[in-house]
Amino acid sequence: MTADARCLIALRNISSAYGEQLALHDVSLRIDSDQLTGIVGPSGSGKTTLLRTLLGSVRPVAGRIERSKDVAMSYVPQLETVNWNFPITVFECVLMARRQQRVRPWPTRSEREDVMAVLRRLSIEELAGRHIRALSGGQQQRMFVARALLRKPDLLLLDEPTSGVDVNTRHDMLHMLNELNAEGLAVVLTTHDLNGIAAHLPNLVCLNRSVIASGSPAEVITPDVLERTFGARMEVLEHLGIPVVIDEAPVRWREVG
Amino acid sequence: MQVWETLVGPLQYAFFQKGLLVAAMSGALLGLIGVYITLRGMSYIGHGLAHAIFGGFAASQLITSGLYVFGAGIWGIASALAINAVSRKRSISADSAIGVVTTASFALGIALLTKFGTRGPSFDNALFGSILGISTGQIVGLSIVIIFTVIFVVMRFRALLFATFDPEVANVSGVNVGRNDALLMVILSLAILATLTVIGVTLVAAMLVIPAVVARMWTDSFSRMLWLSSLIGAACGLSGMYLSYYAGVPSGTMIVLTGASVFCVSLIVTGARGRRRAINWDHHGSDVLGATTEPVVLTPVR
Repeated sequence: MTADARCLIALRNISSAYGEQLALHDVSLRIDSDQLTGIVGPSGSGKTTLLRTLLGSVRPVAGRIERSKDVAMSYVPQLETVNWNFPITVFECVLMARRQQRVRPWPTRSEREDVMAVLRRLSIEELAGRHIRALSGGQQQRMFVARALLRKPDLLLLDEPTSGVDVNTRHDMLHMLNELNAEGLAVVLTTHDLNGIAAHLPNLVCLNRSVIASGSPAEVITPDVLERTFGARMEVLEHLGIPVVIDEAPVRWREVG
Repeated sequence: MQVWETLVGPLQYAFFQKGLLVAAMSGALLGLIGVYITLRGMSYIGHGLAHAIFGGFAASQLITSGLYVFGAGIWGIASALAINAVSRKRSISADSAIGVVTTASFALGIALLTKFGTRGPSFDNALFGSILGISTGQIVGLSIVIIFTVIFVVMRFRALLFATFDPEVANVSGVNVGRNDALLMVILSLAILATLTVIGVTLVAAMLVIPAVVARMWTDSFSRMLWLSSLIGAACGLSGMYLSYYAGVPSGTMIVLTGASVFCVSLIVTGARGRRRAINWDHHGSDVLGATTEPVVLTPVR
């Protein structure tokens, strides 16, 4: 496969704004069909805007977006934005992603089988009849990934998939995304968790309204790049070949104290 | 035997038969739409729109007494679309938009009725509902709105569910959320207009909210909530009508009081059941990163 044939979506010198507020400035980025990419940056750095621009829900004020023909994208929202009291079961939640083909609202046999197949693939088949609130954090993420996968996407976009979850759920999530990527799904996620997530991904993009750096964690997670991205000095160590970021500020406070 | 007579006795009057039919249909219709309204956190909109329609009802009577329903309908739909459009702007919340648009319309209605009087339903009947004088035309109108609403809900079931549960993701998944919202507002206006005669301007909002809230207490499934809410609405309409007949008070008040009683009973019953419910928190976590208990030695990179 040629490099261009692998390209699902390319942003060329994109700028996006909310009113007068510029959220992205001159961003150029390319997402390939076999990529697992993390977008890292501080709060307000334009990570979610970048995802929305990729999805097409935010129209850029400048630049060009090139999408490969018929590229299908699915989006997994932040868990914090979900109304967990909404009266909906896991099965109903996943099924809503499938466009209603017939007049009747209830699922056809093939739709039912498709939903159960995707739940089985994500190991939550037995939870189909359960209310969404009665799931653990990891199961909730799997449910939304299942809903996204039901649309058979080429590219899966996840907004802060590990925000506010415990360490086991984070591991679970990384493991699942690695598996999906190995099966041929391109994955782009946003995170500000450098040690828990970013350091374990194959590709990173450091963003602070503009792309500061992109490449492997070893190339990107450096004190200089982190300072330009987060506006704070950080020390970078290495453990088993994986970069580990240490926030220098508390160390300095202790020295001053 | 006495119960049978209590139930059958009022049915000898044609006005009660019509009232009973319209009350049950109104309750079911408002119960169905109320599910979407309450789950979107827009309970206040029913209250507001009923008041807005009252303004249209008063204003259109100045032009023609026979077609005041159409005038009120157009006014209500315009108000609903205005609220929808204003609340989609980030700087103005839906509640504020409803507060501005609908109270102004209600104030205008009161001013016009006070100044020029009414040639249609009386002021009190419009506010609190009445079963007297329900025409066949009104029953036909209500039936048309119900058919239209059911077709809309059935045909757009998943899109409406998606847009209600997760509008942002629905939007990027090919659901036209803006069009769905606008259509829902139009249907809500028509439903309020069609049920206004029996339930009344000031009480219609309660019948949008109560059946849906009660249904929510009894089920965790969206599709079950839809039919349960419609059923509860219809039952409240029927019971409220009988109570209204025997108590000699406006129909809307007794329908709403019946709904409020059902709400209190449900709160007590499901509250106790809810406490007994145990949530099974399965855990799927696995340590894929190979966490180790060995001492870790870190070496500076750069």
